[in-house]
Amino acid sequence: MEGMSLEAVKALSMAIVVGVGVIGPAIGIGMIGSKAMEAIGRNPDATGKVIPNMILAIAFAEALGIFAILVGFIIKFA
Amino acid sequence: MINTAFAAVEGVAPKGISIHLAPEVLGHVLGIPLTNTLITTWFVLTLVILGAFWAYRKYRFFPSKAQVAIEALIGSAFDYIAETLESKDLARKFFPVIMTIFFFILAMNWVGLVPGVGSIGFYKEGHDAITPFLHPANTDLNVTLALALIAFVTIEFAGIVLLGFLKYGGKFVNFKSPLAFVIGLIELVGEIARLASFSFRLFGNIFAGKTLLVIAIFFVPLFIPIPVLAFEVFVGLIQALVFAVLTLFFIKLAVTEPH
Repeated sequence: MEGMSLEAVKALSMAIVVGVGVIGPAIGIGMIGSKAMEAIGRNPDATGKVIPNMILAIAFAEALGIFAILVGFIIKFA
Repeated sequence: MINTAFAAVEGVAPKGISIHLAPEVLGHVLGIPLTNTLITTWFVLTLVILGAFWAYRKYRFFPSKAQVAIEALIGSAFDYIAETLESKDLARKFFPVIMTIFFFILAMNWVGLVPGVGSIGFYKEGHDAITPFLHPANTDLNVTLALALIAFVTIEFAGIVLLGFLKYGGKFVNFKSPLAFVIGLIELVGEIARLASFSFRLFGNIFAGKTLLVIAIFFVPLFIPIPVLAFEVFVGLIQALVFAVLTLFFIKLAVTEPH
């Protein structure tokens, strides 16, 4: 790709990094949520035990999405 | 000349939005740069300490309704910690650290959303956007890294003091078999990677939230910032909770006997 300025490449690569990087965590969080809902549906009394663990697992998965955004920011602004 | 100006909108420059990963330096004291996030940390610190003193003064033997509610919350937190650590004695030892981490991070996150933080500042020469006096503290990687170091030292300290240095070190470096050695090495690397994971999780969440807020206010200032702010309040609470609970879980992992 001749003649593409550094600014254009930076913007494009930031978009690609964030776009692709957030797919995995999104699917992961969806799976965690669905399994948690299933568990609550089977046994509503266990809601108090399921929800905090679900939030913890979601935080772990979300952290990876945050890493992707971070790399995007570093590419664009540093 | 530095002009003092009250800007009503966060981060809006005449030419666009200014987003920067590094904190803005307001001045130097004895050669150490004074960033606006550092000043926010001090501000939140005094708030939390004053809050703690006020709660101490308001403590009555016959509790008021508010006291009952707060005691119930803190009591259930203590029960949760005791249940996870499986020992009330250990819970009593680590309860202060974990709750302090939780309250401090929560205060920093929520103070960062108050109007005025990030929007009242001055124009530095040569910069288009204003440099605010106060800035959400967790948008500074230094602050989150410091908190992650505190958690890391607490976890290692817990393992070493409760298991003994040789036994705890034996979890990571053991020569029983080549497989155990490699696994121990991987666990050691995982321990160090926890520093990065803790700090980047908190930093990324709060920084992305602040940037989202800036963009929302810049493009559609009328109604969109309201749900974004509500979400940021929620995220602030969840991230403080996750930080404290993860510290708790890793302390539990550190004090379990190696099998």
